[in-house]
Amino acid sequence: MRNTGFTKHYYIMLLPGFIWLLLINIIPMFGIVIAFEDFNPGKGFFHSEWIGLENFEYMFSLNDTAVIFSNTLTIAVMKIAGNLIVPLIFAIMLNELRFAVMKRWIQTVVYLPHFLSWVILSGILLDIFSYTGPVNTLLKLFDIDPVLFFARADLFPFIVVGSDVWKEFGFNTIIYLAALTGINPSLYEAASIDGAARLRRIWHVTLPGLRTTIVLLAVLSLGNVLNAGFDQIFNLYNPMLYSTGDIIDTWVYREGLLNMQYGLATAVGLLKSVISFVLIVVSYALASKFANYRIF
Amino acid sequence: MTKDATIQTRLFDWTLVIVLLLISFLCLLPLWYTLAVSLSEKSAASAGQVWLWPVGFNWNSYKQIMNDSSFFHSFWISIQRVVLGASITMIITTMMAYPLSRSARDFRLRNALMWILVFTLLFNGGLIPWYMTIKALGLYNTIWALVLGGGVPVFNVILIVNYFRNLPKELDEAALVDGAGPWRMLFTLYVPLAVPVLATVTLFTIVYHWNEFFHGLVLTSGEEHYPLQTYIQQLVVVIDTANMTEDQYKRLNELSNQTLNAAKIFIAMIPVLLVYPFLQRFFIHGITLGSVKE
Repeated sequence: MRNTGFTKHYYIMLLPGFIWLLLINIIPMFGIVIAFEDFNPGKGFFHSEWIGLENFEYMFSLNDTAVIFSNTLTIAVMKIAGNLIVPLIFAIMLNELRFAVMKRWIQTVVYLPHFLSWVILSGILLDIFSYTGPVNTLLKLFDIDPVLFFARADLFPFIVVGSDVWKEFGFNTIIYLAALTGINPSLYEAASIDGAARLRRIWHVTLPGLRTTIVLLAVLSLGNVLNAGFDQIFNLYNPMLYSTGDIIDTWVYREGLLNMQYGLATAVGLLKSVISFVLIVVSYALASKFANYRIF
Repeated sequence: MTKDATIQTRLFDWTLVIVLLLISFLCLLPLWYTLAVSLSEKSAASAGQVWLWPVGFNWNSYKQIMNDSSFFHSFWISIQRVVLGASITMIITTMMAYPLSRSARDFRLRNALMWILVFTLLFNGGLIPWYMTIKALGLYNTIWALVLGGGVPVFNVILIVNYFRNLPKELDEAALVDGAGPWRMLFTLYVPLAVPVLATVTLFTIVYHWNEFFHGLVLTSGEEHYPLQTYIQQLVVVIDTANMTEDQYKRLNELSNQTLNAAKIFIAMIPVLLVYPFLQRFFIHGITLGSVKE
């Protein structure tokens, strides 16, 4: 195509975006040097004392480190599993629904929680699960003593995962529903001529039709195994729940910005970023190899 | 088909309808409950008597909020943030997406720039360096920290790029023959055709800026700069529970002003509930088309 004069206009179009990218996304990447420094904000990046791997050594000597990594991993993996399976089942059920109008209404309703913030939803959850809240009122009907949910470290991960799946399952059906429209209807016809009942058709036609999507989503979620959801946990947890609920991101926030352990917090954050980076690259490589996935 | 089979099908259909309606109901229940609490008598709410219907119906919480100037101040900051954030982000990301949707033959640096973008999606410096950078740029305590502090929403750029790339190439050729330059191509040809994806991304951006609370918390010095979500977060969620015994924690729960908080939470949801239905019809189309590349 003839566009000899166009390139300079392309640069003008890209300029504001790339300046923004440089300032907010890229410059902080160089800030990771803090992880190797005894960082002093007064002295800045360039003049703080270089201490090599000392922050990392200290990090590995801390008990907290093992706890936050394992909490993060546990919560994130449970979330990944829940957010793959529940939307899958829901999408299949919606796909079987024969009333188009009702289907649209249900979709509208179940997508909604995705758009509400964790601040709002945490406020609601703290109320619903409070000592005198509806959940405890319900438990009373079954003669169960009231539970102080947000003092129970053993229950916290399940509340976190459950509420996250509740918030996101609807929205996560979108991708499955899109894949379902790609299944050739004649396969269903053939199956019913062969005498397959509804459940058998789901098993032999719908599920195989979704296989690529399921595998793709599973592979791509690999990059999220260290993302347990800062916004949610930050707004739900309290010190009584640290043993099971404190995750890397919340710990980095507290140590870094509240306790001003800049070097240490940056080191922990960097370890997380590097591991996530490797996992995402691996997952993209797998996805492009097996599902022909391209991000652009 | 035998009679048994039809009965079975009907049974299947109706069970499905009931289960799906129950699940949908479960999605709305917490929101409905919050509304009910906000309209209830204080004492009834703290005694846990409110379920799905207000007990001792009254508007007191809402009247109280009407006189709460800090609530409205934060509300106003959030409105400014959404308007500035959404418009600036949409203009910048759309302008970025167009050159990046050209083929590498048309625009040689395209692939390299795309990889830089993707890299920023995969790797970041983490919280502390980001915070230091914002401070060093002098954005701390300004509305621009909230508007620009999240960085370029790279994923949205990629969605738009992919959508642009899926538009028929013949359009380009026709426009070129008509003598259209890149700016006219973008704004009179691509933008109108990409309404589904642009509406989707606009929705995401509006919702992001409305919902985001953390930047308000760490990038501003205090309440008079908080957007609404940060204000609510401080009010409802943050309780200094360090060194608290279980009993103290229990009492604190009983003391908190549940009905007023519920009313504030409900008001904070309203803008999302308002924009959502208008943009909803676009986003399924927008996401699925943008995320698939030929």
